[in-house]
Amino acid sequence: MKRSLLLKRSQLFQQLRTFFYARSVIEVDTPMLSVAGAPDCHLSSLTTQVQVPGEREPQPYYLHTSPEYPMKRLLCEGSGDIFYLGKVFRDGDLSPRHQVEFMMLEWYRIGFSMQDLIEEVVVLLHHVLNVPPNLSPPEINAKRTSTTVDHTLRVEQLTYQQAFAKYANISNIFEASASQCQACLSAYGVPEIVGVAMEDKGLWEQLVLTEVVEPQLGREGENLAITVLSHYPASQAALAQISSDNPLTSERFEVFVKGMELANGYHELREASFYQRRFEASLNERVQQGFSPVALDERLLTTLTQTPLPDCSGVALGVDRLFALQQGFDDIQQGIAFGLLES
Amino acid sequence: MATYSTTEFKAGLKFLMDGQPCTIIENTQVSPGKGQAFNRVRYRNLITGRVLEKTFKSGEKVEAADVVDTDLQYLYTDGDFWHFMDPASFDQFQATESAVADIQKWLIEQDMCTVTLFNGQPISVTPPKQITLEIIDTDPGLKGDTAGTGGKPATLSTGAVVQVPLFVQIGEKVIVNTEKGEYISRAK
Repeated sequence: MKRSLLLKRSQLFQQLRTFFYARSVIEVDTPMLSVAGAPDCHLSSLTTQVQVPGEREPQPYYLHTSPEYPMKRLLCEGSGDIFYLGKVFRDGDLSPRHQVEFMMLEWYRIGFSMQDLIEEVVVLLHHVLNVPPNLSPPEINAKRTSTTVDHTLRVEQLTYQQAFAKYANISNIFEASASQCQACLSAYGVPEIVGVAMEDKGLWEQLVLTEVVEPQLGREGENLAITVLSHYPASQAALAQISSDNPLTSERFEVFVKGMELANGYHELREASFYQRRFEASLNERVQQGFSPVALDERLLTTLTQTPLPDCSGVALGVDRLFALQQGFDDIQQGIAFGLLES
Repeated sequence: MATYSTTEFKAGLKFLMDGQPCTIIENTQVSPGKGQAFNRVRYRNLITGRVLEKTFKSGEKVEAADVVDTDLQYLYTDGDFWHFMDPASFDQFQATESAVADIQKWLIEQDMCTVTLFNGQPISVTPPKQITLEIIDTDPGLKGDTAGTGGKPATLSTGAVVQVPLFVQIGEKVIVNTEKGEYISRAK
């Protein structure tokens, strides 16, 4: 990788850290190794063996898929606002938008509602993306002082349901049938799908989202824009709270730029019992789908039982994707020193 | 029957779709993180040459296709079949017109070609990238035009027609690019 690009990547890290230090959010380096894994059915953790003194056999450990669980333990213990900027691992993911090992920025803000955090993500994205990537700093300064070019990105915020209405012409996705979703996919010219049962509405809905809706988000003609989707269905709440005014939706949001998911955030669940229930549901789904079970994070559950999570919102953002957008790359690997297949 | 799971998908993988051999051109994983993963696949039907797209739920399987590329020598055509031979084993293969339809005009006896076999039968033939052929017909053109500013059609000994510079004449041998169907230079 060219030094000039290494420098830009390093400047991005610095920019992100400066953003949080200026807001008194402290950086934490939670462990990448854990005896517990993420039970989420669609995440696959890498595992390794650790020779723990006193144990006869090497012990299995998971490499984290996100720093969420240990960060939440710190929050329970009174850390206040925290962020993590570092590597996470997801087995099997390799595509122009994925690397098995990738940079994640995750942060938690005490007392923030989902909307407060959405607004902070938008401010952060402006910091990083509104500078035209091909101008060097002196040129930018010259431009700003002389012509006051406005690089503000258009921001669009929709609920999950509104996004289906606007971009897929399905007015109420919560009540739409599997066949309506199938009709939508063919109306938008999506190639044939293989392996999905006709009546599996959940999967057809997901396909409308990923194949029809998402590619249209975060665009303004040829230019970048920011689209925030909020209020995902309660069935996809993950570890987000259910909306107080609607049992069908959750306080979960995602942020899209140029058709690509950049960030995924929640107004976080607080009580241990909810975590226990969601973990077990994920674990059941995992086993039903024929994936190997994972060890649950008992330490997180114990900590949450003693002290519930303070009222907070948290979000995880893919830094390699952000850098690729900033530099105009089509594959995140172009912005990484060595991708998986070059390691 | 051997199968491939979506985790094995990659460019160049040969598989059966509706009984026909296909090759993957591009495989993109779609992993939403919070949802089911899929593989978006662009592939070519090796019989028809058509490029198609399908999205496979991850974990789906396809049947492997017995497709191999092999270097064979072109012998001759009897009008119904085009005959090729493996110069090492002397095994002979007969290609039907559909297998050579697009490239017949570039076949020269004794030339080595890449022949794609499906279940042992030729389904497509790729001639050498550059071949030398004699011009059997072209307009005499202007004498003295050596700059090659213009062009004219010329018929080659196999029947192929390519654009050549004005100075090239009947009886001369020319080198052509078979992929693009373009004149490269006069043969020395």
